[in-house]
Amino acid sequence: MPADTAAQILVDGLVKRFGAFVAVDGVSFGVARGEIMGFLGPNGAGKSTLIRILCGLLRPNAGRALVAGIDVTKDPDAVRQRIGYMSQKFSLYNTLSVIENLRFFGGVYGVPRDQLEQRIRFAVDMAGLAGRETSLVATLAGGWKQRLALGAAILHRPAILFLDEPTSGVDPESRRRFWDLIHTLGAEGVSVLVSTHYMDEAEYCNRVALITRGRLIALGTPHELRRRSLGAELLAIEREGIVNAIELVEKAPGVHDVAVFGNALHALVDDAATRAPALVAYLAAHGIAGAIARRIEPTMEDTFVHLVGAAAKARGEAA
Amino acid sequence: MKPRRIKAIAVKESLQIVRDPRSLMIALLIPLMQMFMLGYGINLDIKHIPLCTYDRENSQQSQGLLKQFASSRYFALSKVGQSYAEITRDLDDGSCTLAIVIPAGFSQSLNDAGKGTVQALIDGTDSNTANIAANYARAVIADFSGKVQLRAVQRRGGTLQTLTPVDVQARVWFNEDLESRNYIIPGIVALVMAIVGAQLTSLTIAREWERGTMEQLVSTPVKPLELMLGKLLPYFVIGMVDATICLALAVFWFDVPFRGTLATLLFTTSLFLIVVLCIGYYVSVSIRSQVGASQIALLLTMLPTVLLSGFAFPIDQMPGLVQGITYLVSGRYYVTILKSVFLKGDGAAQLAVPILCLALYAAVLVVLAARSFRKTLD
Repeated sequence: MPADTAAQILVDGLVKRFGAFVAVDGVSFGVARGEIMGFLGPNGAGKSTLIRILCGLLRPNAGRALVAGIDVTKDPDAVRQRIGYMSQKFSLYNTLSVIENLRFFGGVYGVPRDQLEQRIRFAVDMAGLAGRETSLVATLAGGWKQRLALGAAILHRPAILFLDEPTSGVDPESRRRFWDLIHTLGAEGVSVLVSTHYMDEAEYCNRVALITRGRLIALGTPHELRRRSLGAELLAIEREGIVNAIELVEKAPGVHDVAVFGNALHALVDDAATRAPALVAYLAAHGIAGAIARRIEPTMEDTFVHLVGAAAKARGEAA
Repeated sequence: MKPRRIKAIAVKESLQIVRDPRSLMIALLIPLMQMFMLGYGINLDIKHIPLCTYDRENSQQSQGLLKQFASSRYFALSKVGQSYAEITRDLDDGSCTLAIVIPAGFSQSLNDAGKGTVQALIDGTDSNTANIAANYARAVIADFSGKVQLRAVQRRGGTLQTLTPVDVQARVWFNEDLESRNYIIPGIVALVMAIVGAQLTSLTIAREWERGTMEQLVSTPVKPLELMLGKLLPYFVIGMVDATICLALAVFWFDVPFRGTLATLLFTTSLFLIVVLCIGYYVSVSIRSQVGASQIALLLTMLPTVLLSGFAFPIDQMPGLVQGITYLVSGRYYVTILKSVFLKGDGAAQLAVPILCLALYAAVLVVLAARSFRKTLD
């Protein structure tokens, strides 16, 4: 990727090992001011470890990480003053009220006293908790808790925000609202690095980094990733019981790869226009008549599955 | 270091304490209970040792001796036996600790040869009590012998002076009545404070790790020293309340004489409290589980304070190596100070050495505890 002089986060060759296990394996990327960068990958891919290194909570074994221009291993407290962090596990104090939690984080972050009440007001409104300021946090539902945690993380107006799976376990309506908030922050110039394992959420990001087994295997806008990474076109093949014919489709001429998606097959082909009718005829010739093949736009999930498979294949060949 | 951050943490911690009334009750009731249990339970005075007698002579003189035993406040006559079998059974089942047997021919021998023999059978399972009982018995008999001799001498027209050329006029200072309670109770105050103080803070960091709130906290710019001071402040207040309860009970309930000044008492108590709070905090940082931290904190404070502080077991009676180890036990200094302040009325000047040691101890532990906390998840 091109060097970004305005980068708020700059990561170069980052490595983190836990014993023999390599959790982060030579990752490099940059995040610009106001950019929303998504980390997409399965559980255990190394997303949380990466975020924790960038927040100064874990020390990398190799590589360099600059956050707001500061080396996180050299002056972690200077970094911490400039970032907001929401850990994967909900981490506000359940026995404290909404306002008490916010006052606590305001005090710990040293939010100027003359701004504190206004910042707290903003956080309360943003979380949709106006009128519930004195409720104990333990009594709030999941979506409110997440938004309150976000509010607490941005009380001190950080330039950079790290959100580790902020929407896991939250209902779709609340997820939607949460992403609206992230976009508002991005528009105000806050750089946001957010990890998720929801494929659809990757579409809300300016850029997406696909991470698996500690490696960054692709990086780009959602659109770019869908187009470029596949290097081919996608056909959806539908018919009752078609998933049983997956091996047959794999052998069909012009087909690179086949994957099951629900009760349909998604086949990667060199040219959708010519291969679609050819595939239908091919299936009919093998006793499966009446299949429908049509060209579709690849989703993030298609891209992800394909890239992870390709990465595994590359690793296998290298070994 | 920013006072504002310390205040934010102290306020948060206090709110958490107040919202958890059960643990607050425990923090205030446990010292009360411990004071009563230990204050009444530990008593090193031995009085009213159960006694049984077997008089094989039944003469005026033998009855006189036994009456002297029965009237002593050290013994309580539990039975007048009629056979060896009977007193053997009583010693066996523990209904008496000392059995006095007077042989037939006791007064005969006493009058003719000027020498009589009585048998004392002592239950030696508790060697301390047995020793004391034997000494008491000797004293009673010596007294009796004295009277017999006196009568003999008087019959020959002599005087008492020739018999006891040197007489000890013993006067006990500081604990005039030799009440063991008076020196045990100040030690118990130290013991209760050590246990409760370390318990209070042993949970504070471990709880945040267990509940997942610590990850958020270490991602903020808070400094380890700010975190520690903010967290210890509310527990220091609770600890001082506990100390006041314990000390007030010692003076007003157990009637231990208090001859020192309140200022010395409160100053040294805060020093000791800082030590034990820091021990609890250090354990809480090192062991990230609440149950584990609470157990280790109990072990680290209770055992050394019970065994090595000199609260009940005199340090100068210990083997040299163990005496050396007691210098590492903070309770040693506080127990010394408490006993002196209570019973002797010593002030800061007389207690300069233990106070300095305790202050040094507190300073070292504050540094150790503050440095033990690392703001990383590694």
